[in-house]
Amino acid sequence: MPKYIIAILEQRENKLKKISFEVISFSKSLSEKLGLEAAAIVIGDEIDNISEINNYGISKVFHFKNKLLSNYSVSAYSDIITEFVKQLDVEYLVLGDTSLGKDLAPRIAARIKAGCVMDIVNINLSEETPIFTRPIYAGKALVDMKFNSDIKVVTIRPNVFKGQKIDNPNTLNIDSKEIQNPNLKTRVIEIKKAEGKLDVAEADIIVSGGRGLKGPENFSLVENLADVLGAAVGASRAAVDAGWRSHRDQVGQTGKTVSPSLYIACGISGAIQHLAGMSSSKYIVAINKDKDAPIFSIADYGIVGDLFEILPALTEEIKKINS
Amino acid sequence: MKIAVCVSHVPDTATKIKIGADEKMIDPAGVVYIINPYDEFAVEESLKTKEKFGGEVIAVSVGNDNSKETIRKSLAMGVDRGILLKCDRALDSYGIAKALSEELKNYVPDIIFMGKQSVDYDDAIVGQLTSEMLGISCITNVIELKIDGQKITAEREIEGGKEVVESELPIIITTQKGLNEPRYASLKGIMAAKKKEIAEKQVGDFSNLTEVLKIKKPAEKQPGRIVGTDASAVPELVRLLHEEAKVI
Repeated sequence: MPKYIIAILEQRENKLKKISFEVISFSKSLSEKLGLEAAAIVIGDEIDNISEINNYGISKVFHFKNKLLSNYSVSAYSDIITEFVKQLDVEYLVLGDTSLGKDLAPRIAARIKAGCVMDIVNINLSEETPIFTRPIYAGKALVDMKFNSDIKVVTIRPNVFKGQKIDNPNTLNIDSKEIQNPNLKTRVIEIKKAEGKLDVAEADIIVSGGRGLKGPENFSLVENLADVLGAAVGASRAAVDAGWRSHRDQVGQTGKTVSPSLYIACGISGAIQHLAGMSSSKYIVAINKDKDAPIFSIADYGIVGDLFEILPALTEEIKKINS
Repeated sequence: MKIAVCVSHVPDTATKIKIGADEKMIDPAGVVYIINPYDEFAVEESLKTKEKFGGEVIAVSVGNDNSKETIRKSLAMGVDRGILLKCDRALDSYGIAKALSEELKNYVPDIIFMGKQSVDYDDAIVGQLTSEMLGISCITNVIELKIDGQKITAEREIEGGKEVVESELPIIITTQKGLNEPRYASLKGIMAAKKKEIAEKQVGDFSNLTEVLKIKKPAEKQPGRIVGTDASAVPELVRLLHEEAKVI
């Protein structure tokens, strides 16, 4: 019997999140290369888009159900998964490196004496043992790691390993089990959404503002551009520390480390802590009036000039493309 | 209330990282070390908790002798005493959690605070692992905290919002920026800290579950092109993003 690789999926409000499909595709691909059997686990009430799972290459899913588990409960989720994993011959558990995955992965790992390699951005299978690469120092360096444990827990950085639909998926086999009396010692009782805003940690495009905006009121220029791009609004530490933006928007070493397809830095000079947090973006655009600003050293495209003129013009120009 | 705060001695976030000769560690030459920024929120919250409920706060750090500087900093902010769990070899998060839990199981704290991650290895799992080893609860990434008897209500930051989480003591809380404004150590605090005790103990012989093979620098990004110097460059920029980069 081959050993299992288990994709642990994440749902919010009864819907599998984008990261779940990235976890499925990653697990599927690793299972093929290592000769493992891939299966998925999801915990929650009814899951609206559960039938999407096999489109990404895994056709066996274990669904642990209870109305009370719609919201995340680390105590219940770790009990259920640990119990399940102990009954199988498991080699890998894969989660997304999200607020939920980061919280849950080590709780399970500790119980089954598995090592954890978090936030991986690359995997190398050409050596004797798989080598996992993850950023450290907020991306100023990378580290290659291997496991010394039998069971291995990895979390994958969002947006790095893409969720890929496969041709001719197998029929989905859902093994559903009602959970009696889940352990709700630690549980989410309410989710407070930030009003309609995309989070920088999840966005494919980010428009960030810094001190060059001169004040919180001018962030509307950044927001307008973000709106037409369907982008999230980020901020430099200087803008956050000045009280212009909430900490949740902060990109950089004491904020969030991001890897979107496109990062537009507006009025951000590019302190080392900021560059660490965003330099792995696929494309970087810098708009700054100081031609010597360090941000230009990593930007793919730059405009040296006045952002108060450039941002509105850019917003209008993108509207043209959209229409 | 028995309160513990775990602190970590890390390179300043302004540090330019150089890879060490063994390619397993960074080159420490010229690096300024500080208390992990997220741990400052943990120290502040531990002191606020003591001010409200009384009791004692101890600071615990796993590291070499230099970590005493960071323990001393927490003592200057108001922590009562410190414990250095001495270890000269590199531990992974599992090893660090093992060292912390072996020590803290004797102290039996009601609440343990630590930063949500250290800004060197960015693992963000020591709190969760320690909680499992001690068999207590844990809430990570906390930006608001209420303690009412045994009951804990915390807000934790998640993608696109906040989760309100309920749990109970004993618990580990990992702290995120936004929870509080860490106090500055007063001159009196700095003087008092010199007299406070830092106990030293040797970390046991734990084996790591993961192993560092090599540390390397990410590929240097080549500077791109300056498209222009005013708003007239905007159409060309949009064309490049649309046709060349294909990201919009």
